[in-house]
Amino acid sequence: MLVYTIKRILLALLVTLCVSSISFGLLFLSSDPATAIAGEAATDEDIVYIRKLYGFDRPLIVQYVEWVGKALRGDFGKSYYFRMPVSQILADRLPITLKLGTSAVIFAMVLSVPLGVIAAMRPNSWIDRVALFLSIMGQALPSFWFALMLIVLLSIMFPLLPPSGTETWVHFVMPTIVLGYFAMPAIMRLTRAGMMEVMASDYIRTARAKGLLPAKVLIKHALRNAIIPVVSVAAVQFGFMLGGSIVVETIFALHGMGYLAWESINRSDLPTVQAVILVFSIIYVVLTLLADLINAWLDPRIRVA
Amino acid sequence: MSTDTLSTVEQIMEPTPGQLLRRRIFRHRGLIIGASILALIMLMAVTAPLIAPHHPYQQDLLNRLMRPVWHPEGTWEHPLGTDHLGRDYLTRLIYGAQISLLIGFSVAIISGLIGTALGIVGGYFGGRVDMVVTFIITVRLSMPVVLVALAVVALVGGSLRTVITVLGLLMWNRYAVVIRSSTMMIRNQDYVAAAKAVGSSVLRILLTEIMPNVLNNLVVVATLEMANAILLEAVLSFLGLGIQPPLPSWGLMVSEGKDYIFFEPWLITIPGIALFLLVLSTNLLGDGIHDVTAPESHG
Repeated sequence: MLVYTIKRILLALLVTLCVSSISFGLLFLSSDPATAIAGEAATDEDIVYIRKLYGFDRPLIVQYVEWVGKALRGDFGKSYYFRMPVSQILADRLPITLKLGTSAVIFAMVLSVPLGVIAAMRPNSWIDRVALFLSIMGQALPSFWFALMLIVLLSIMFPLLPPSGTETWVHFVMPTIVLGYFAMPAIMRLTRAGMMEVMASDYIRTARAKGLLPAKVLIKHALRNAIIPVVSVAAVQFGFMLGGSIVVETIFALHGMGYLAWESINRSDLPTVQAVILVFSIIYVVLTLLADLINAWLDPRIRVA
Repeated sequence: MSTDTLSTVEQIMEPTPGQLLRRRIFRHRGLIIGASILALIMLMAVTAPLIAPHHPYQQDLLNRLMRPVWHPEGTWEHPLGTDHLGRDYLTRLIYGAQISLLIGFSVAIISGLIGTALGIVGGYFGGRVDMVVTFIITVRLSMPVVLVALAVVALVGGSLRTVITVLGLLMWNRYAVVIRSSTMMIRNQDYVAAAKAVGSSVLRILLTEIMPNVLNNLVVVATLEMANAILLEAVLSFLGLGIQPPLPSWGLMVSEGKDYIFFEPWLITIPGIALFLLVLSTNLLGDGIHDVTAPESHG
């Protein structure tokens, strides 16, 4: 287990390093940050001066090594727009996105695990059909459109919820529904498939034959085993949600990381964009790492391979 | 020759594999519905210049934000009303299908080529090569697609070509994962060993033995990923960093309509429904092809 853990952590570090260098290269090759900072009224001399000042005239690899060195110490440089350290902005925004992501995952789990279980209990019943319908809808509904339709319904036609803002928990209700809804299909399908497999196994028949209460068999014996892969998929879904948060936060004006990313992209605020991409990647890498380690811990066969 | 190689009457009467496939296709409701809607949308896109009542860029500032025909003040002159610049909404909706389909097909081709190549190479050779391929896939999965696509499109400048290139270069991961695992299952089959034994080159084995046998999976993934590409383009255009005006992208139409969300919500509803139907039908088709071509995996 120790060897596997160390190997897996080294791999995660290598992945993070690669992602950071790719995104660094992409952003800084495809644009001239000096012109972005200088603004439209700048003369050629201004741009040359800024280029020197920020060190953009040096080779890209030198800039990258310097950036990584600083990032390791938690220094992501200064935002071109906010004129303050990016790390400080991230510290403000990250909790909001994490809160949104967590509540969305919980919402998705609460909705899809029971639905998946019931669908597995009664295949081809109406509730199975409803579950299938919901998951097909979840894959085809454009997220931004679903969000806008919710605003039309719950803020305009029936003014129950505020359409935008970050202040109270009420502001998080609609973003949570939108973001959580899109994580639902994967979790539900997996719960359903897992439950169907487990329910057909011998130990469930044994438990039933012993005369245990059906509810006890279902929850204590079946769900416990079926839920294991679901937890790791939920972790990965959380990572995907960070991407979805850009759309959702922009529409609901929720001032988290996604909104920050969108603002900064529009302002060509490269240090901030770069830092957001890195943070999102790290969260994803850490979550998949944890999911893998948990799976390996539960299933010794994985460790050997 | 013994008699047991002769066909019995029952065997002759049995449906051929082709007949069985056709029967499965026509009994699969999702597949038929999906294929029909998709065919309609494609027909609409191809015949756009013939069936569209107006020109998609033709502005009429005196008749801005006219309501669709089912509203009391709607007219048949503009069945779906007009947008904030007085352009006919139905016309823009019809032309918008061209853009979504173009994006869907082009992205599927580019990312399909990249992903299939990676997946086949990793799955066939295994070992070190596979480790490298798996690592590349992991790195790609760790990058937030929407964010990277937005940033690159913003820096390079949004256009149809940029969006296609960026999405094509980003969305190959599912092809690589699926093709890699199906290649791994095939590479130990006897017919591959036979091809090796008669001295076929590696390239020949990959193209004539492996490729035809992963084709089913490839078609399924390509269909589902086409739907994803269409959705992602709509997201980018909605956020203002994809297709640029005046092109009639459905995502862009929703974005242009969202300023009027309080009084003219149909401006958002109509292109959204179009987008939903296109993605839904493509997904149904993909799931249907999966069920029909792999009947044993379907309960």
